[in-house]
Amino acid sequence: MNAAGVLGMTPDILKRVYDSGAGAVISKSIGPEPRRGHPNPTLVRVECGALNAMGLPNPGVEYFVEEIQEIKKMGVPIIASFFGGSTQEFADVAYKLSRAGADALELNASCPNVAEELGMLAADAANVEKVTAAVRDETKLPLFVKLSPNVTNIKSIAVAAEWGGADAITAVNTSKGIAIDINLRRPILANVTGGLSGPAVKPVSLRCVWEVAQAVKIPVIGCGGITTGRDAIEYILAGASALEVGTAVMTHGLDVYKEIADGITCYMENNGFTSISEMVGLAHDYENIGVDNACLGMTK
Amino acid sequence: MPGNDEIRTIIVLDARREAVDISTIYFKDELTQTAKPGQYLMVWVPGEDEVPMSISTINHNGLSSITVRNVGPTTEILDSLQPGTKLGIRGPYGNSYEIKGEKPLIVAGGSGAASLYPLVEAFIEKGIIPTFILGGRSSDQLLFEDELVDLLKEKLVISTDDGSMGYSGYASGYAALLMAENEYDHVYTCGPELMMAKVFYETEKHNLPIQASLERYIKCAVGLCGNCVVGPYRVCKDGPIFDTEMLDTIREELGVSRLDASGIKVRVNH
Ligand SMILES: Cc1cc2nc3c(=O)[nH]c(=O)nc-3n(C[C@H](O)[C@H](O)[C@H](O)COP(=O)(O)OP(=O)(O)OC[C@H]3O[C@@H](n4cnc5c(N)ncnc54)[C@H](O)[C@@H]3O)c2cc1C
Ligand SMILES: Cc1cc2nc3c(=O)[nH]c(=O)nc-3n(C[C@H](O)[C@H](O)[C@H](O)COP(=O)(O)O)c2cc1C
Ligand code: FES
Repeated sequence: MNAAGVLGMTPDILKRVYDSGAGAVISKSIGPEPRRGHPNPTLVRVECGALNAMGLPNPGVEYFVEEIQEIKKMGVPIIASFFGGSTQEFADVAYKLSRAGADALELNASCPNVAEELGMLAADAANVEKVTAAVRDETKLPLFVKLSPNVTNIKSIAVAAEWGGADAITAVNTSKGIAIDINLRRPILANVTGGLSGPAVKPVSLRCVWEVAQAVKIPVIGCGGITTGRDAIEYILAGASALEVGTAVMTHGLDVYKEIADGITCYMENNGFTSISEMVGLAHDYENIGVDNACLGMTK
Repeated sequence: MPGNDEIRTIIVLDARREAVDISTIYFKDELTQTAKPGQYLMVWVPGEDEVPMSISTINHNGLSSITVRNVGPTTEILDSLQPGTKLGIRGPYGNSYEIKGEKPLIVAGGSGAASLYPLVEAFIEKGIIPTFILGGRSSDQLLFEDELVDLLKEKLVISTDDGSMGYSGYASGYAALLMAENEYDHVYTCGPELMMAKVFYETEKHNLPIQASLERYIKCAVGLCGNCVVGPYRVCKDGPIFDTEMLDTIREELGVSRLDASGIKVRVNH
């Protein structure tokens, strides 16, 4: 899947992402009202990744309902990412998106770029449970809750989402960062801080998947810096059942979806796995894996 | 980190007024010197905004330029810069014009001439002198007229909306006339989208290949955010130059709709 906010703007471009090899697509995070987002610069490339403060630009849920219907007509499975400024708004938007015909919902509890305005939901276990439960009441669709790595104890937040009724946890959103221009002597992003993504965050995001997988029984969706089949396998072994890929499109183009899928297939063939589920979380059992069971890795 | 994504500081070395609301800003930047015709830069005016600008001069003795029309707060600042001012840039970004054909016709409307000037230079380097329609609202709005006359002589033809010079009417109307009367083998256009749409339809009548430079709201410029999409293409990365096949794919949006900063479709009105 493409990560939320990456090329999730229109049905036509999401169709192209799907045709590039993604198993399903995810929309931009949709809110109750249209938002233009922050002024530019909204994204700057940094060492091994990107720092962005888009500011959740989106056309608003009323408008997006039609886009979802159009994407469905194209035969593309669509997960609608969404957010709100209050529990009620989260529930309302979720209700409208499910009515529109989305295949699943991803509750964005974790965008670091609007924290001052909307409050950093993902840092507060009680609120995560409350909002998840409120959304749960409005929809029967599979509900993913996407968490932030910028918290002290991600396990407790994941458990709160599970208690609230989430069907899966997406781990994780971007890590908070800053970039400074030394000549102009100021932060580059108009919003000053932004979210770091790409290979730079992979070890952190992978650790989040590892911890969440230990804490909850529901499936985990891995996200953060996945660029190659090898990265994907690492996430699966850490406990992820599905994966989202964003920033790798900047460095590898849209072909990256197929490249990653091919890499996974190659690893499975080399090691006698017939389904992803056989591999999920295997690395947690590291103490019992003898060298004899260690496998051959990848040929590409 | 690949160089072109890195933000560099440039110092404005010269700012030349082209018309009441258009000026060209000259600077030195190594990566811009290696740009191809049709590529653009993201130009950061600290504290204001970061906007896409076509590269209008590529490496004249180390100097490169952008040419800005004042249409809003950021371009107003860029249109009144003093030498010595510092700006941030990243790029060059996007695909570029492919140099094709022996008898090209180039159609420029307004500030569209900015991206087409390096194309003319590339043709001349190959020993080909293209026919160039320079269109503007009136005779005092004609971009790079002197430079283009030097390069193209009688192959430069002028059209003005108000008839104050050359053909009276839109550049697209003039282009239709010339395509009917002459044999061209490739058409290039940059300018207001409604003009480019008309030029595109005209090339279809004559079965001519075309390359057109499109504008959409650019944010990330690296193909991630999706704000610049038209049909299945990202203007920032797959564009800004659209060939015949791409234009055919986006026919329903060309000259009709574009996304605003929030992703809502709005009308293309120029
Ligand atoms: C690839 C490309 C090349 C361009 N080349 C040139 C050029 O050589 N010379 C020139 O004068 N202009 C060029 N433009 C247009 C230029 O980017 C806009 O005129 C400028 O961004 C307006 O900013 P503003 O703050 O002054 O005006 P605003 O009041 O903010 O906006 C005025 C208009 O510009 C559009 N605009 C604003 N921000 C952006 C943005 N980030 N990306 C695209 N459009 C925007 C708005 O949609 C609106 O229609 C180009 C645009 C693109 C996409
Ligand atoms: C340009 C851009 C826009 C994003 N917008 C959103 C968004 O709207 N909602 C969201 O939940 N995450 C958003 N993200 C975060 C990504 O979904 C993803 O969690 C993060 O980029 C890490 O994955 P990656 O390293 O594969 O990019 C955005 C990321 C980028 C780069
Ligand atoms: S501006 Fe972000 S994808 Fe083109």
